Order: sequence, then structure tokens, then C-alpha cells
Amino acid sequence: MLRIDDLVVRYGAATALDGVSFEVGAGEMVALVGPNGAGKSTLINTVSGLLSPTSGTVDVDGTVAQVPEGRQMFPDMSVEDNLLLGGWSIRNKQLDEVFDLLPDLAGMRRRKAGRLSGGQQQMVAIGRALMAKPDLLAIDELSLGLAPIVVAELAEHLRFLNRERGTTVLLVEQEVTLAFDVCPRACVLEAGRVVATGPSAELAKSEAVRKAYFGDLEVAEQMTHTQTETPEEARR
Amino acid sequence: MNELITYLVSGVALGSSFALIGSGFVVVHRVTRVVNFAQGSLAIIGSMLSSSLLARHLPHVAGEAVAVALSGLVGLVVGFVAIGKRGTHPLNSLIITLGLSFLAAAVVILVWGQDPVSPPGLSGHTRLFGAEVEQQRLLVLGLTLLAFAGLAVFFSRTYLGKALTASASNPYAARLVGIDVRRMGLLAFAISGVLGGLAGVLIAPSNALSFYSDLPLALSGFAAAVFGGLVSPLRTLAGGLGLGVAGELTAGYLNGSYQTEVALLLMLVIMIARSSSFVPEEAK
Repeated sequence: MLRIDDLVVRYGAATALDGVSFEVGAGEMVALVGPNGAGKSTLINTVSGLLSPTSGTVDVDGTVAQVPEGRQMFPDMSVEDNLLLGGWSIRNKQLDEVFDLLPDLAGMRRRKAGRLSGGQQQMVAIGRALMAKPDLLAIDELSLGLAPIVVAELAEHLRFLNRERGTTVLLVEQEVTLAFDVCPRACVLEAGRVVATGPSAELAKSEAVRKAYFGDLEVAEQMTHTQTETPEEARR
Repeated sequence: MNELITYLVSGVALGSSFALIGSGFVVVHRVTRVVNFAQGSLAIIGSMLSSSLLARHLPHVAGEAVAVALSGLVGLVVGFVAIGKRGTHPLNSLIITLGLSFLAAAVVILVWGQDPVSPPGLSGHTRLFGAEVEQQRLLVLGLTLLAFAGLAVFFSRTYLGKALTASASNPYAARLVGIDVRRMGLLAFAISGVLGGLAGVLIAPSNALSFYSDLPLALSGFAAAVFGGLVSPLRTLAGGLGLGVAGELTAGYLNGSYQTEVALLLMLVIMIARSSSFVPEEAK
């Protein structure tokens, strides 16, 4: 479905992606995780065709639609118009299928997208991407700014899409626990390079990945633990 | 009283053309963030083309319609030159449109000469509240309202119009869903050409136009557009009509030479008075 080979993307003198290679099979759900500045959004924007590679190749067997970071609504337009414009590339004006998959959207179709909650907007963004009938759904930061309960609901929608429609999902996510929970396979980026790839369950246990991704967190946890010691514990 | 009615109708007709020109500014600016200073030239070209076509015995309506359509094509060409190259900054595009307006003036002098042109319009008068009013001026108002209604329907009801609105609202998201924002910008320039051409065709039978009429028309249209915050066609219509009426009342009761100055001063006062409401928003 998706093959990325030795991909390099530069913004002027800065290298955002440096020789990235990995594959996503048809019907897979793959998470792309990594700390801030790892190059996740650059990678997803290159897969979506918004950015051009400096070198290397991105081959997609089918169509890609992206759910962008920050939802990126057309705020003064209705939910229905936002969804209809999602089908612009294939002139798809049939909303029924999206309403079947995301029934909540039907009830808010007349409301202005800019007046919805973050979770509702994220659902509109997913529905808008689905209007293009994509073979690969690329999602940039599903959980950003959303309450855990809303994120859990959206994640369930993604699993349903993947299960029922066979839509391939590439999920860029900074919340690594969520990403590993939703996607059976993952790819870890750090400073524009792939540092690990494999089953999410294994990556979650991998010491190398934990150090690459959680290094600071572990230190922070140790520090917190030290600070919460009682004077007696400290003396012991 | 009759005098007042006459001035009001004249002002509304003149203001209608300002509103049409202003809405051209709005359509282009909303989609491309470019202020198209060739907008006044498009009105002049429309009036000149209409005059030539009618002089060649093309029947009314057809002659005017062809002139408006050709103005749309000229608008498209302006768009190609102004934003055709990807990544052109809106400020550079503005300078390009300014240059094109000078070029258009030279072309008008070459093709049509320097004398003012006033093609034949709707002849005859009608009585309105006891005053004799030119039917052409009522036609201008009627067609302007029709044009604005058409614009509203186009932007809110058609798929293409919604794509144009989306390009203005969030260009990044528009590109994400596959809308070619640059192509939408070119379409906006073509629409501005049609609106400018329509303004020229409608105003010229009552107010003769020449190559140097482009700047006053562009200035008045821009003032109307700024009154609409450069985003709202409805407020642009109100601004244009207010500007036209203020100008005609000034010419009628005070001094014709202060017509433009007084109208623009009034517009400035209104804009300062309600400056807090000038926040970016989508067309109403």
C-alpha cells in the first residue's frame, strides 16, 4: 500500500527527514511515533503529497486522505459543507456512507464547524477525509487537545473503519500509549530517522525504544520519586 | 423634493457601479489576499468594448453581454499575470495589478483614443415619487441587485462557489481536500473581471468614461470594499450605495468638484466610527 524508500526532506538548510524507509501493507494500522521535532508531520505531509521529497521515493498504491493536525475546519461553513468539500477530488457528494460510519455527524450537519467542540471537529475532519474514499487514511495527532474519553471514542471509530472497510491507517501520534493501543504495528522516528519498527506490543517493551522515546520521562519519574520521599526514607 | 429624488436615484445608480467594482475587489481578496488595482481598468475596458460592439450594430443585451464576458477574460489574464507564478507574494501581485492598470490605460488610448465614451443605454424616463428618473439608472440598480443575489447564490449554493469560499476560509485545508487554490484564485480574477465589466457597461451610458476614469472608479470601489472589510459583499454593496448617494448629494447641493472628496471623507468617518466591527469574517 505504502512504500517509503530512503526519503529525505529538507526545509532549506534544515533536514527534517534523513533517509527514512518503511512500508505499510494494505489494511494495516500503523502508528508513527516519536518526540517533538522527530519529523512525523513532515512524513505524513509528504505521504499526502503536500510536501515534495528532496530525494528518495514515496509510492502509494491508491489514494490518500489526511486528517490534519489541529482539525483545520472551514469554520464558517456547515458540517455538511465541510464534508462535501472532502469529496472534492472525486466529486463525491454522497454523505450517506459517512453518516453510516459516523452517525453523530448527521445530527450536526447544519451546524457551523467552527462552533463545534474539539472532539466533534475531529470527527468532522475524519468524515471529511473519508468523503474522498481513501485507500490510506493518514491521521496527524488524533488526540491533540482532546479529552481521553473523546479520544477513546475516536479510536474505536478508526478500528471500526479498518475492520469494516479495510481502510489502511497511518496514525501519527505523540501519545504513544494510545498509538500502540490502536495500531498493532509502529514505527519510531527520532530526529528525522527511523530508530525502530515492529509490533507495537514489542516496541512498548523495548528498552532501546523506551530510552529513545521516554528517556526524559524516566529521569523525570526518578526525580519525582526522589522528591516524594519522606525525610525518614531519605535518611534510610 | 423632486430634486432630492433625482439625486438619490442618480446616487444609487452610481453607487451600484462602485459596489460592483468593490465586490470584484472582495472576491479576489478573499481568495488570494491580493488587492487587484486593475479593477477600475476592467470597468473601463467593459464600457469601451460595449461601445464598440454596439457601434458595430450588435443588438442591445447581446452587445453588453459579450462585453461583460470579454471583461471576464481580461480579468482572467490579469489573474494569470498577477498570481500565475506559484508562491508570488500578495504584495508583489498588488504591484503587478497596479502596473497592469497603467498598461490597460495605454491600450485603451491606443484602441479607443482619449475621448470619453458613452454607449447608448436604456432611453426614456419614468416618474418616481413625482420626479422624472432616467430608466437607465433604475436598470443599473436592478441589475446590480441581481448580480449580488447571483453572487450570494453562487457562493452559498454551488459546489464551485463553496470551493471558492473554502479556499478563502482555510487555504491549507482546501489544498488538503484537493482543491487547487491557485486555480480558484484565477477564477476569482475572472469573476472580478465580469463584475468590473458589468459596472463599466452599466455606468457608461449615464456617465461617460475614458482611460483616466479608472483611478476614481477603482478608488471608490476600493472604499466600498474596505467598508465591507474586504470580505463581505453585502457590506460592500451598502458602502458603494452610500458613497454614490453622498457624492451625488454633494454635487447637487454643494459643489460638483468636491463630490469625490466629500464622499470619501464621509466613508472615512463611518469606518472610524465602526472600526471595532472591522474584524475578518466570512461573507454574510
